[in-house]
Amino acid sequence: MSEISEKSRLRTENLNLYYGSRHALKDITMEIPSRAITAIIGPSGCGKSSLLRVFNRMNDLIPEARVEGNVYLDKISVYGEETDAVALRKKVGMVFQKPNPFPMSIFDNVVIGPRRHGVKHRDELESIAENCLRRVALWEDVKDNLRQSALNLPLGTQQQLCIARTLAIEPEVILMDESCSALDPESTMRVEELMTELAQSYTIMIVTHSMEQAARVSDMSAFMMIDDEKIGRLVEYGTTEQIFSTPKDKRTEDYITGRYG
Amino acid sequence: MKDFKEKLSGRIFFVLALSSISVLALITVFILIKGTPLIAEVGLKDFIFGMTWAPGRGEFGIFPMIAGSVSVTFGAAVIGVPIGICCSIFLAEFAPAWLSKIFRPVIQLLAGIPSVVYGFWGMIFVVPLIRDYLGGPGLSILAGSIILAIMILPTVISISEVSILALPRQYKEGALALGMTHWQAIYSVVLPSAKSGIVASVVLGIGRAVGETMAVIMVLGNAVALPESILDPVRTLTTNIGIEMGYAEGAHEQALFATGIVLFVVIMIINGLAQYITRDKNKGRR
Repeated sequence: MSEISEKSRLRTENLNLYYGSRHALKDITMEIPSRAITAIIGPSGCGKSSLLRVFNRMNDLIPEARVEGNVYLDKISVYGEETDAVALRKKVGMVFQKPNPFPMSIFDNVVIGPRRHGVKHRDELESIAENCLRRVALWEDVKDNLRQSALNLPLGTQQQLCIARTLAIEPEVILMDESCSALDPESTMRVEELMTELAQSYTIMIVTHSMEQAARVSDMSAFMMIDDEKIGRLVEYGTTEQIFSTPKDKRTEDYITGRYG
Repeated sequence: MKDFKEKLSGRIFFVLALSSISVLALITVFILIKGTPLIAEVGLKDFIFGMTWAPGRGEFGIFPMIAGSVSVTFGAAVIGVPIGICCSIFLAEFAPAWLSKIFRPVIQLLAGIPSVVYGFWGMIFVVPLIRDYLGGPGLSILAGSIILAIMILPTVISISEVSILALPRQYKEGALALGMTHWQAIYSVVLPSAKSGIVASVVLGIGRAVGETMAVIMVLGNAVALPESILDPVRTLTTNIGIEMGYAEGAHEQALFATGIVLFVVIMIINGLAQYITRDKNKGRR
């Protein structure tokens, strides 16, 4: 696990998240290494997705959401006053739990990001589409029906398409919010292989409710849980190897061994 | 015994449900019986494309009325649709909750105002404005279009808004997650996704405009002549029936029923179109 000692990509310092009067996340300090997969695990409702959505400011969509503390992407303060959420999201892509291709053609789905960000030339868009679809191992399957509606694809393929769509905006970080939970085992395997491959060039953070998945694909694991006041806390964070073999915290151990609950 | 009751109540509901359909059938048959002889006599082509409407002389050409209906409806769509769609986007995407809570019932209230009140307001307020500032008699296509544009707003706004709000939240989130601005997300993902609902709202609004009678009688001037500008008075298919039905007899009455048939077919086509547009295209979608 030597690559993990490289400089960290994302960093939080005493992060607190509130939804109105509800305290959702408390005092989270963690460093997410670049070019690795970091998994956030924990029981449902512990704030895993909320934490993930801090990094691309998706929580901004919730009117009463409020963040305290610091979050950094490299040197950029994610919640800094001069930081533009729209610009930030071009660097921090997100793949959702349920595949959400837009109701338009496969081609349009992949290039919609670059198109909006100013790429006009047909050739350029076509090469972006091919490139991104190749990266998610979808090109051979769909190259002859790029004009077809993306909604007709099987779910697993839709999710691959959504990943391709995210790659098309050339992000540095990819956040994946339980991106396999709606998929069958075979598609899950395909997406996991994809994650591992993408981790060579991107910083990837995943939220997963499957400990097996975390153990299989991630380099770092963060275990979260709600405390007695129902506030989400980071219980333990370390290399996946350490978390799964020698957890330091009793609660982590209970959860990992399935004694939780 | 219980079985019998079950069956009986089923039958009763069936008969009652049937009655609503049979009324439609009854009306259709009635206007067909009343109207077709005249169309047969005059000839469909001469009836629809005839330029002279002179019931006294036995001349029944409704083309000026068709032109009237089309121009007023088109005008209403040109004015009302952009306002309606923008309003629905505002309500669905931009307005804070408290504001849309005020907006929505107010817009629904627009739908509840009796059309004669619209007509009256148009006559007292819109018509003199047009006469004083733009010239002409005031009673005109423009006046009718303005009144109808207001009258179709509730239809356009509520159906468009519902179709935008019915979109999965994931569409917009997905668009924003790709680094789009709110407005980019709206025009490149939200609106295209809600397209069929928005188009349906426009078509239904147009259907409403074509069928409206009372309000337009009061502001259109009702002259049976091909209009040359939007400041000219016109007569629509509906107003033709509304104005003359009171005293028409014989062939004249038949001609008004025949006008009704034309109107009926047009409305059927428009509603059929709306149904076709909103049909479930993505049945296989999860």
